[in-house]
Amino acid sequence: MDHAATLPAAGHAETATGLNTFKVGFWVFLGSETLFFGSLISTYLVYKHQSISGPYPDQVLNIPLTSVSTFVLLMSSLAMVLALAGVQRGNRRQGLFWLFMVAVLGSTFLGFQAYEFTEFYHKGLTLQTNLFGSTFFVLTGFHGAHVTVGVIWLLTLWVQGLRGELPPERSLTVEIAGLYWHFVDIVWIAIFTLIYLLQ
Amino acid sequence: MSMNPAAAPSSAHEAVHAHPGAGTYVVIGVILTVITAIEVAVYYIPAMHPVLAPVLLSLSLLKFVLVVMFYMHLKFDSRLFSTVFVAPLILAVSVVIGLFIIFKVLPHYQAVSALVR
Repeated sequence: MDHAATLPAAGHAETATGLNTFKVGFWVFLGSETLFFGSLISTYLVYKHQSISGPYPDQVLNIPLTSVSTFVLLMSSLAMVLALAGVQRGNRRQGLFWLFMVAVLGSTFLGFQAYEFTEFYHKGLTLQTNLFGSTFFVLTGFHGAHVTVGVIWLLTLWVQGLRGELPPERSLTVEIAGLYWHFVDIVWIAIFTLIYLLQ
Repeated sequence: MSMNPAAAPSSAHEAVHAHPGAGTYVVIGVILTVITAIEVAVYYIPAMHPVLAPVLLSLSLLKFVLVVMFYMHLKFDSRLFSTVFVAPLILAVSVVIGLFIIFKVLPHYQAVSALVR
């Protein structure tokens, strides 16, 4: 039984199942997101090795750099659950600190991605260069856009927390943001393996 | 996993006990880090290249499951959440595998068949 899901939050009534409508709806949204990213990953794999001109993946992909950014994103997920635990327990300082850390780590990941994209551009790989460039930038670009939305969402929650608007009764709000953030993390887990390591 | 609304607790205090503690979260974080390190190590070991795909896919699946079960709380939450998430996930994975077979495996098989004839 989900106890957190049954918490009344932000005017979202419980359903006949005893579950919060907001949380049920958000899980449905995440389900649709798996299809969205599944289609982008499919497109990348179908066009893999189909480029008739370079640069090719083995010429541009930087595994050490991406390994570090992957570690950063994994640690942001850890920070997210610690933030949620803090808010649920009414520990305001812990909740605010870890919420801020998630935003910082997410921004760091975006910094790595911006550096990577810039490096690729200088090596001659753009969205229009070849099939690898098109499918790679669309897939990782959409993921980066999701991370950006997540960082903005978390900073909004952090500001609310600073104003004292995140009591334990509103922990479901943080939990929903956390679900989004972890989803972004698991998408990257798939991207890191399928695109970077399995070249 | 009861769906009985009457049994639904409604306090933040109970929500705290529904999810694992910080210690469990940190242990999962350490495991995720170790698995990522193993993935990168496997990538750089030439002897592992014949089995690179199954090993890396298994390790990433393990990471995926750990995050979903513990960080997204599906292990502890209502089964309805698992259903609405896993059903489209299975569909998405089927689409990826189906398209991979149609565009990558079948053309290769047909080319080999044509050569044999």
